[in-house]
Amino acid sequence: MSSHSPAIDIQGLTKDYPVGFWRKRMRRSLDNLSLQVQEGEIFGFLGPNGAGKTTTLKLLMGLIFPTRGTASILGRPIDDVAMHREIGYLPEQPYFYDYLTARELLDYYARFSRYSTADRRTRVARVLERVGLTASADVQLRKYSKGMLQRAGIAQAIIHDPRVIFLDEPMSGLDPIGRREVRDIILDLKMQGRTVFFSTHILSDAEMLCDRVAVLHLGKLRGVGAPSTIVSMDEQGMEILFEPGEGRSLSASLAQRATPVGGRYRLDVREAELYSALDQLRDCNARILSVAPLRPTLEDYFMRLVERQPEQPTAPVEASTR
Amino acid sequence: MSTMSGVVAVNTFREAVRDRVLYNLVFFALLMIGAAILVGQISIGIDRLVIVNLGLSAISIFGLVMAIFIGVGLVYKEMEKRTLYSLLAKPIRRWEFLVGKYAGLVLTLAINTAFMTIGLAAALFYVGRPFVRSDASILVAVYFILLALALVTAIALFFSCFSSPMLSTLFTLGIYVAGIFAGDIRNFGALTKNPMMKGVTSAIYYLVPNFHNFNSIAAAAHGEPIPFALIWQNTLYALLYIVLLLVASSAVFSQRNLK
Repeated sequence: MSSHSPAIDIQGLTKDYPVGFWRKRMRRSLDNLSLQVQEGEIFGFLGPNGAGKTTTLKLLMGLIFPTRGTASILGRPIDDVAMHREIGYLPEQPYFYDYLTARELLDYYARFSRYSTADRRTRVARVLERVGLTASADVQLRKYSKGMLQRAGIAQAIIHDPRVIFLDEPMSGLDPIGRREVRDIILDLKMQGRTVFFSTHILSDAEMLCDRVAVLHLGKLRGVGAPSTIVSMDEQGMEILFEPGEGRSLSASLAQRATPVGGRYRLDVREAELYSALDQLRDCNARILSVAPLRPTLEDYFMRLVERQPEQPTAPVEASTR
Repeated sequence: MSTMSGVVAVNTFREAVRDRVLYNLVFFALLMIGAAILVGQISIGIDRLVIVNLGLSAISIFGLVMAIFIGVGLVYKEMEKRTLYSLLAKPIRRWEFLVGKYAGLVLTLAINTAFMTIGLAAALFYVGRPFVRSDASILVAVYFILLALALVTAIALFFSCFSSPMLSTLFTLGIYVAGIFAGDIRNFGALTKNPMMKGVTSAIYYLVPNFHNFNSIAAAAHGEPIPFALIWQNTLYALLYIVLLLVASSAVFSQRNLK
């Protein structure tokens, strides 16, 4: 593979699921997704529940089959099982063989990469240390908490030093310390030159970690780029902080739009409406405390996207071959 | 069998051991001890017949329960609990996983059967009967039981690839029972004048494995020799069915979307 070809290349990936008693109607879970992830990137895959994130990851892992479209990882098609030596995968809400200990589980998974016994032992100890499970390495997984299972899941995804790591909601179920540790692991992987593709709906994590993000909603890609680019794609605005004038009440339209914040008010307006809003405030004798440009967060972008496109009823699509 | 299947097989065996599946050996041991004591007191000259009959029947029934009830959950449980997701992300093909699960359960059944055979031998030894050459037929009967169990496991695995455990149990049990009475079903077809019934009975006879061929418990109990040709015939017959069932299972499972 050349150094410029993408680590993950998705072209028109579409997935329809049969629904209904006779399974003749189809529900589109992923619609014509195309994107590329470059080697060494941390790529965030964002979207609310049901957006199609897990479907995309399952398609890439070969757990389900696409209705249309193709994808390749490290230049090799996703149905090439040998390519799986180069990838790691943490499923959403992972569940492992609970009769095994974490050490046995990791040793089991390491066997699929054909390491020698001594090599497996070293790797398992190192990865257990990395995810903070050394102390409970010999406890059966049935006695693990959700957070500990998540760490075991991350450990099995990286036990064989994969070049591309797919993590489905890796922060889910973790306490703040656990989330921070997972963030550190992801950053560590980037330092080692690995590509990390992770889905999440915790937007602050994505803003903090990702080189680029893609936003998915109702199975469709809504935007892709650096977190700062993504948010600037949306309309910018201004925030006016003010105190109402003594003895004067706000006009009805201002009172409706302004948000009370501890005796003060905050008014978010579009840039084009700024001067008219200031005029209205001056008429009410309001004391302007500050006027600042709004710096929308990824969360704002995300919420506006979801509000603009509320969940629609299942649209029937053409029957597929699978 | 590939290396990957071997790794899965060993883990499947480990799962059976940790889930205390082999605890059935305790019940078998108690049954054999009870039988040996009772037979020693009440039977005159038929102690071998009774113990071999009882022991081999118990080996068959205990094994059948294991093969069906664990077999139907082999794949379904992995899909239901989603343990399969992280596994199939490793460099293992779906057919390798299936063969590994199958081999793991057959290994469990073989070890279970071996222990039960030792228990049967101990019971025979307890009633004071020296081992003779014709006792080899007991080992052949045990081998036939194991072949039948391997075949039942393959049937259970096949249904497990696309059906719920309850339905898979019903289907597997149904095929097993039909297989035991395969000869009778064919005879019934020969007697009836209804052409459709004739067709149905012949289809069942030729489609369903004939499990009656694997039953040599009576011959073993009476110390009758079992023809060498029957050993080969049953071995090839079972292998052919098992390979066909594993290929069909792989074909179904390889196309399956894991939701």
